[in-house]
Amino acid sequence: MLNAERAPVTGRKVQLMATCLCDAFYDDVAAATVEVLEHLGVEVVFPEGQTCCGQPAFNGGDWAASRKVVRHTVRTFAGEEPVVIPSASCAAMMFHGAVLEFEREPDAAEVGALGRRTWELADFIVNGLGVKSWPGRYEARVALHRSCHSRGTETVPAAQALLGSIAGLSLVEFGEAEQCCGFGGTFAVTFPHLSAKMGELKLEHVRAVAPDEYVSPDMSCLMHLGGLAQAEGKPIRTRHLAQVLRDALKGGPRG
Amino acid sequence: MSQPIDQFAARLPADKRASVYQSTKTTHEKRTRLLFDQFGDPDRLRHLAGEIKQHAIENLDTYLPQVEQRLRASGAQVHWASTGQAACEAVLRIMRDRGATRMVKAKTMVSEEIELARFLEGHGLEAVETDLGEFIVQIDDDHPSHIVRPIIHKNRREIATSFEREGLGAYNDDPATITRRARHHLRHKYLAADVGLTGANFVSAESGRIVLVTNEGNSRFCLAATRCHIVLVGIEKIVPRDRDLAVLLNLLGRSGTAQDLTVYTEFIGGPRRAGQPDGPEEMHVIFVDNGRTEVLASDCREILRCIRCGACLNVCPIYRQASGHAYRSVYPGPVGAVLSPLLMGERFPQKADLPKASSLCGACHEVCPVNIPIPDLLLRLRARAKEENVPSPGSPPMGPWALLAAQPAVWKAALAGGRIINHLPVKLIPVPALQAWAAKRTLPEWRGGEFRKWMKARKRPSA
Ligand code: SF4
Repeated sequence: MLNAERAPVTGRKVQLMATCLCDAFYDDVAAATVEVLEHLGVEVVFPEGQTCCGQPAFNGGDWAASRKVVRHTVRTFAGEEPVVIPSASCAAMMFHGAVLEFEREPDAAEVGALGRRTWELADFIVNGLGVKSWPGRYEARVALHRSCHSRGTETVPAAQALLGSIAGLSLVEFGEAEQCCGFGGTFAVTFPHLSAKMGELKLEHVRAVAPDEYVSPDMSCLMHLGGLAQAEGKPIRTRHLAQVLRDALKGGPRG
Repeated sequence: MSQPIDQFAARLPADKRASVYQSTKTTHEKRTRLLFDQFGDPDRLRHLAGEIKQHAIENLDTYLPQVEQRLRASGAQVHWASTGQAACEAVLRIMRDRGATRMVKAKTMVSEEIELARFLEGHGLEAVETDLGEFIVQIDDDHPSHIVRPIIHKNRREIATSFEREGLGAYNDDPATITRRARHHLRHKYLAADVGLTGANFVSAESGRIVLVTNEGNSRFCLAATRCHIVLVGIEKIVPRDRDLAVLLNLLGRSGTAQDLTVYTEFIGGPRRAGQPDGPEEMHVIFVDNGRTEVLASDCREILRCIRCGACLNVCPIYRQASGHAYRSVYPGPVGAVLSPLLMGERFPQKADLPKASSLCGACHEVCPVNIPIPDLLLRLRARAKEENVPSPGSPPMGPWALLAAQPAVWKAALAGGRIINHLPVKLIPVPALQAWAAKRTLPEWRGGEFRKWMKARKRPSA
């Protein structure tokens, strides 16, 4: 497993890495993450200096640029608390990607240490805090997106467990769920044809089961799929997992 | 401008895409069902197989001399070819020494890699492909587009047309007729041939046994009809012990073609010995390096574990949309995106775009029977391309972004400044990446800094 060597969670305080996408576009997702964690009695600290996990340059092959950003991130998230991220992709960057690009760097140990206390949100709730079900009510048929960067982690089973336990919510399966949606970071702009084709295929499978909402542990995939669906003139309703968990506490879908 | 593979995919005719997509999807789904129905924990088996192969490639200095000794003891002759050219010449020498002019060939990827058939034809010798798919590739002067199913990109109407052109009978696209005609044609070739050439899926260092898997039985014909057997094999095909084959063969058939075991599995222990009724009297094993030791010395050596099952091609969303020819290489798909640039040696930049043709979704790693971390290797090759300053069309520059993302004050200013995209038509913003994004997708509203405001208002002081 990608993130098998994590430090166990002891305290009730975490640092939030909001992600650059939530910082720029999806403030409500970051806010929902805070509310969900606080509902569980967790104190959430937001280190103001945070920017981005460094993944765009890492994936682009510019590891020197990426390492600059990762070093900044390591400094920003100093401490011992778990770092919680509402994104399987940025979390995987911290515990896997960054480790890879620091293999031969003198500060590899610091990067590895940050990775071991970094968690994707659903994984943190279920496996970090031991919370296995979610209260509240949420009347909706929900299809769950499998973010590719959650492969080899506990994110999808954790998200399924949480969503599946919410009163009123039913999870619907769809075809080829394990196939990538075609976002892939800069892939979306350097391979625009392939990216759109993959996205259209995903939308076809999702529309075939007509869920009320398409829910993902990552906003990046939803930004791509939602944007594609909207440009086609056939929008789908997309929600981040954190929004569903928060709204369940408040009685159901909104926004 | 988009990348070459993206452009190729955009030009690919819809029926080609449909046939590649359909058959890869079907094989992949059958494979997954088979593995999970039959094994309690197929992932553990994949990890074990990966460890066996990793051990083998890391200890080639022990196993290669060992296998050479075993092979010689069994009566086979052993040749070492450091380049593709040297391997081709070794084959030519063996044929000339015997006065042989006609070869029948089973399917081997390494012979494609070194372009053996073309080389031999250039020297006036005949080399006939006997695997049905490879035979069709050969008569069409085409290239395989899949490592297990070379003609996955062709439909039977195209094949029937080729057969008619080659004088193999009037147009008929019934698959059974096509197969019968090929069989009939090839039967004469087997009988006339002086040399049979095969690859090897595995070579056991313990026993010197050559292991061959096929579904058509054509490799058996190649050996039954000829006096001289040439085995062309990459040096990475060694496994330490015979019993390791139990793990690897169980995974190969299931991963590659969704079969418990391929129809034919041959274990060849050397040329015909005194008292044995049949089999080639002469056997040559040519071990091909052709860049592999360089790969072994690189930080991508795990790719040498590959057992050429094709599962990573079948699951890959890019391969499914773009087809194998998009990769301009004998080895396409995820494995090819790693291996093909590496085998280029000095000319790596010519194929440095291949590792970029991936969303890094990781599906290939998840299905690989020898657990090769393909996405990690793709990333390492991207880093190498950047270090070697290979131009990359359409890739946004990361320097300015890193400058922003390493300085919180500048970052925050940018968060506020980004709002401008809410007020400008995207067409007017001269950022190529943004244009490429917006060609098919809407942009969400810019709300830079809103969360930070919310967080501050909610609780003070924050850390
Ligand atoms: S890389 Fe793995 S999945 Fe791909 S062909 Fe090789 S063994 Fe099969």
